[in-house]
Amino acid sequence: MNNNKLHEQFIQSLVKEKRWVKFYQLLILVAFFAMWEIASNLRWIDPLIFSSPSKVYTLFINNVADGTLFVHISYTLFETVLGFIIGTLLGTILAAVLWWSPFLSKVLDPYLVILNAMPKVALGPILIVAMGPGMGSIITMGAIISVIISTIVIYTSFRNVDANYLKVLQTFNASRAQMFKEAVLPASFPTIISTLKVNVGLSWVGVIVGEFLVSSKGLGYLIIYGFQVFNFNLVLMSLVIIAVFATIMYQLVELLEKKLIKNG
Amino acid sequence: MDFLTVSNVHHTYFSKKAVTEALSNIHLSIEKGEFVSFIGPSGCGKTTLLSIIAGLFEPTVGSVKIEGQEVFGNDSLSIGYMLQQDYLFPWKTIEENITLGLKLQNKEKEDQLLASKLLNDVGLPTIEKKYPRELSGGMRQRVALARTLAVDPKILLLDEPFSALDYQSKLKLEDLVSKMLKEYGKTAILVTHDIGEAIAMSDRIFLFSPRPGRLYRTFEVPEEIRKLTPFEARGHSSYSSLFQIIWKELESLEQQ
Repeated sequence: MNNNKLHEQFIQSLVKEKRWVKFYQLLILVAFFAMWEIASNLRWIDPLIFSSPSKVYTLFINNVADGTLFVHISYTLFETVLGFIIGTLLGTILAAVLWWSPFLSKVLDPYLVILNAMPKVALGPILIVAMGPGMGSIITMGAIISVIISTIVIYTSFRNVDANYLKVLQTFNASRAQMFKEAVLPASFPTIISTLKVNVGLSWVGVIVGEFLVSSKGLGYLIIYGFQVFNFNLVLMSLVIIAVFATIMYQLVELLEKKLIKNG
Repeated sequence: MDFLTVSNVHHTYFSKKAVTEALSNIHLSIEKGEFVSFIGPSGCGKTTLLSIIAGLFEPTVGSVKIEGQEVFGNDSLSIGYMLQQDYLFPWKTIEENITLGLKLQNKEKEDQLLASKLLNDVGLPTIEKKYPRELSGGMRQRVALARTLAVDPKILLLDEPFSALDYQSKLKLEDLVSKMLKEYGKTAILVTHDIGEAIAMSDRIFLFSPRPGRLYRTFEVPEEIRKLTPFEARGHSSYSSLFQIIWKELESLEQQ
């Protein structure tokens, strides 16, 4: 047998495996919704609380038809994406400042620990009073929840960049800004990406909680409203939509990862 | 006039627990175009001295001058430094790696031409667009050499650049470095553990004694070896006699 043929077989086995993985992934999804529907219809679970896929779907179609759902989704999505970007960006900038000044980082160290340990959502009421019950305070919630942990993780990665890379740059008489740009930042891209992945989840938490507290629009509002009027179809529909959009955001981050880290 | 002068250099490291005297009373001078080696047992401060010559930090006492200019804090002085590993930036292409020094010094103009010329000189044409991970260890170290030469440094400091390579690559790279330095007329200092390498490559060898690092003896490499390539030098009769002499000195240092 020649190598070409063997290689072809190898490729085929890879394709085959991938197909099976996809098949089982789909199977789990279908089985989950099927079981949910069946369990709800046969009253194994309380349909009033757990609803059912068919009811959620009907509600979804109705809300799409009357155009209300779109407003809620776009509100929450806008807040989350903005909170996510601000949180990560601010975290990266803060990490850069700490890297720039080792003295400052020593001074601020205990405060970072305290801020990180504190439950950020507890700041919600204060934010809302201070900034007014609008989009501003909700976006701030989305950002504040991820900014400190991003700072800590990214700063640690900045510090762990192999000192010999910096030595190479130093022999070229590089300035500290050049060292940051040429070595420290690019070497930390993998860490920044994984921070982004974590922050996708965190910023959803911040925004939904923010909407619980104050909003009259958005998916968080729909959940809390559904809860108040005991319409759990609405709650579950919102949850499914959140799951879908959170996944899309995650996939976008992975796309960014592929673009940014070409060289493994 | 001497090209490089190290005068009265002392260096001490301070840590919370200890004060370590790394270098004591170092005087030496090197002429333009000369290739010298620093050898000695570990802890003799040879790498510290090399870093001080590179201007990476200031000695506790004393001064290092190249053509009369102080090296520390002097941005106009360009120095080439090669480390034990290549430390090519994995996210940059070979070309970007080679022209990095020029980019940092805002002299980018003839970058691409220079990169391909240097790659040609180190025997690696047509790999400009590749990434470091696609190359072998020996090739990467050759790229590192090209990167070091790209900024046209006044002096090359080689901190055991051959030590992480397999023996065959090491011998080949020694020949290449030696040939390139002669071609470009560069002055160079090599720090090494390998007596043979020091003899094969250098014009003079400085032997350091440890704790604190002192200049213990200087050896002149005989003219007949200097003319040869490092590989040929290893086969010359004077090579082994010099090797024996330095070996004994080094042994006696380690027993002290």
